[in-house]
Amino acid sequence: MSTPFYVSPQQAMADRAEYARKGIARGRSLVVLQYADGIVFVGENPSRALHKFSEIYDRIAFAAAGKYNEYENLRIGGVRYADLRGYTYDRDDVTARGLANVYAQTLGTIFSSAGEKPYEVELVVAEVGDSPAGDQIYRLPHDGSIVDEHGSVAVGGNAEQISSFLDQRHRDGMSLAEALKLAVQALSRDTNGSEREIPAERLEVAVLDRTRPQQRKFKRIVGRQLSRLLEADTPSSTPTDAPSDEEPDESQE
Amino acid sequence: MEANPRSTGRLPAAFLTPGSSSFMDFLSDHSPDLLPGRRTLPPVQGAIEAPHGTTIVATTFPGGVVLAGDRRATMGNMIAQRDIEKVFPADEYSAVGIAGTAGLAVEMVKLFQLELEHFEKVEGTQLSLEGKANRLSTMIRSNLGMAMQGLAVVPLFAGWDVDREKGRIFSYDVTGGRSEEHGFAATGSGSIFARGAMKKLYREDLTEQQAVTLVVQALYDAADDDSATGGPDVARRIYPIVTVITEDGFRRLTEAECSDVARSILERRLEQPDGPRAALL
Repeated sequence: MSTPFYVSPQQAMADRAEYARKGIARGRSLVVLQYADGIVFVGENPSRALHKFSEIYDRIAFAAAGKYNEYENLRIGGVRYADLRGYTYDRDDVTARGLANVYAQTLGTIFSSAGEKPYEVELVVAEVGDSPAGDQIYRLPHDGSIVDEHGSVAVGGNAEQISSFLDQRHRDGMSLAEALKLAVQALSRDTNGSEREIPAERLEVAVLDRTRPQQRKFKRIVGRQLSRLLEADTPSSTPTDAPSDEEPDESQE
Repeated sequence: MEANPRSTGRLPAAFLTPGSSSFMDFLSDHSPDLLPGRRTLPPVQGAIEAPHGTTIVATTFPGGVVLAGDRRATMGNMIAQRDIEKVFPADEYSAVGIAGTAGLAVEMVKLFQLELEHFEKVEGTQLSLEGKANRLSTMIRSNLGMAMQGLAVVPLFAGWDVDREKGRIFSYDVTGGRSEEHGFAATGSGSIFARGAMKKLYREDLTEQQAVTLVVQALYDAADDDSATGGPDVARRIYPIVTVITEDGFRRLTEAECSDVARSILERRLEQPDGPRAALL
């Protein structure tokens, strides 16, 4: 008769954390930055159909790195949660804080229950306020903790290096073009310090734009608008680069 | 209804079940009591007294479609509300106007708007106009029990078909039967009179401005002959709600625009109370 192998709880949790972290690190990084008129999401994503960023509710968006099927599931859960809450109470009663809490509980329960495989995802939930002071950005690692972030966040494979790069360079009140360029610069740095070029068609960019007249503030930036922003001369391009609101939300060019 | 009924605070399984992109399907799994169609009414004698909305009209023109409604809600002989709004945007490219029991209608519109938005967020793309019209059909059908007790909701749905590049109108009956209308359509108690007016005034080459005038004329005629439909109220500055949907999306005319149209019609009617005359032959 064989005795079951004893594994200390510490070791078990460390193994699970290691497993989740490795899974997340395989995915490409993405960054979320505050700029003067809102919050911008930038990531490298060769797919045009499988999004890393998406709309949850009027002012709330979601970004995720890691395993697609797992974060897609959480995203749809979040949309259902937000829509149900808004339907039951009022649209104003749906908040990023509430959503982040639910995600944290969900990830935390899955992480610590021995029967389930830990999710290999790291999420960002962001809500744009009426002014930059009202913006909220929450980062949710795989284990169910919540980190309240300000200014800039990076998640995914190379997150630590990118965050420190962004922390040094990000400042309040950047224009969209400036923030976007900084984000692309941060994403183009490899682990070994060398830089590579990320072409515009491999970038996925979305904004929560507080100046948008519609109730729903989320908008993808694609095609010509994206290349125009990337080519804009950074110092002189402050007021003109607000995204146009003529196009519908999900426009793809 | 809180999302996390259990103490763990974790999203319940229904939230994370992959599959349906429909908010109504999700509701019927997770909290069916929130669905309007699932309620059972206690047996009552006669019809239930509740405010009813009245006339909705729509017409297409080469660049889009116009949907408009009067502002009156009645309860028996009484005017329940003078400034009720019965025409709503359903999403960026469609609108819905509702005649029938006002309370149920507003709830149905709210759920319909959410259904379209939910699908758009989950799938990353909009439903086709036909798809939207069919969803509305399902919702009306689920209200059939209420309709049999006198609480019917009968909408008119209009939108810009992005694929076919034209404005389209769909009308419904209480059983959820859906039919596409060509040119113009009306629903509600004053619809007979409104339809008669539009039949004589409608042309295929209307401009947007003419189409707006046409629907306000039709509402005027409905109010003229139907006591439950409200005409333009100049003293209180209450004018019909007029919405236009084109390639550029949904737009609701401002109060000033509506008042201009209504006042110019009113002025002509002072001389000719029955409105413009169509050719005899």
